[in-house]
Amino acid sequence: MIDVFELLTLLGLAAMTVLARCFFFILNRELPFPAWAQRGLLYAPIAALAAVVVPEVLATQGQLISTWLDARLMGAAAGVGYYVYRRGQGQAVLGTIIVGMAVYLPLHIGLGW
Amino acid sequence: MFLDPANFRHPAFRTGMADAFKVAPGIWAWGLMTGVSMVQAGLGPAMSTWMTLLVYGGSAQLAVTPLMAVGTPVWVVLATAFCVNLRFAVFSLHLRGYLMAWPRWQRLTIGYLIADLNYVQFVQNHPTPATDAAGQRAEMAYLCGNCFLTWAGWQIASILGIVLASQVPLEWGLGFAGVLALVGILCSLASSRMRTVSLVVSGAAAIAAYALPLRLNILVAIAAAVAMCLVIEKTAGMDKATT
Repeated sequence: MIDVFELLTLLGLAAMTVLARCFFFILNRELPFPAWAQRGLLYAPIAALAAVVVPEVLATQGQLISTWLDARLMGAAAGVGYYVYRRGQGQAVLGTIIVGMAVYLPLHIGLGW
Repeated sequence: MFLDPANFRHPAFRTGMADAFKVAPGIWAWGLMTGVSMVQAGLGPAMSTWMTLLVYGGSAQLAVTPLMAVGTPVWVVLATAFCVNLRFAVFSLHLRGYLMAWPRWQRLTIGYLIADLNYVQFVQNHPTPATDAAGQRAEMAYLCGNCFLTWAGWQIASILGIVLASQVPLEWGLGFAGVLALVGILCSLASSRMRTVSLVVSGAAAIAAYALPLRLNILVAIAAAVAMCLVIEKTAGMDKATT
């Protein structure tokens, strides 16, 4: 089991999750919100995901990969290829995951890319 | 919240669950590998289980696990978690327009459960906040369904990972399924030329600024991409258009 101190640390971490995820709607008070900021938010979701994903696929520890022989690159390319082929219809995202892993796992485990 | 029939009997609850299901295998694989990583970093099964149940944030958990294993001061651990989570503050600014109609405890409960993909799928499904009560109920029901399926899948997969920690080598790279789920969502978001610009600028900036501590490169990348898109809109006179 865990002790009280560890539990308090975890509760603190849970509070950090709530604080960050609710940051701008914790208080009831009005928030001045200029039109340009409103428009800027249209681009925030894709930017946030790209910032998480692109380094995971194209870089190792922040260094741009220098070879095409990379299982992540091939897996992601196969996944995107499937998505484009399906034109995003139906279970295209599910297919992206499955096709991507079908390419990634053999290259990664089998060939060590 | 989820126990409220007004939410779980609403048709939007099922829509939300169906959308979450589209990316579920990625979430499961990612949760599994997060569970494995926590134990392999030396946190112990009990601590790891409590962590996944309470903290519910993969990137923050992975960031603080090595710190906690070596006994880093608590305030450093908490500050690290908050900084890694800063992208959610940007999301919360966006979600504010949808959630302010609800009482605070409901905002905080649902807000706690809104992870990256829940936010993205929600704003994709509801591009503008509803102004009437029926529309707001549909939004809340969608969020409840979407977040519930993600939460349940993540927790089950994480605990499975904690139990199986010695049987699943990290070297297999199963966690890549989580990256692929995000890739799929990225494809579905890249629906206009300007959004594609945002993707490319943000991705490049995230790699260029990778050396920053506490994954602050993500925040820099969001700021760079949004600023670039606003400038392009302005110069091209697109800021009066609706896309």
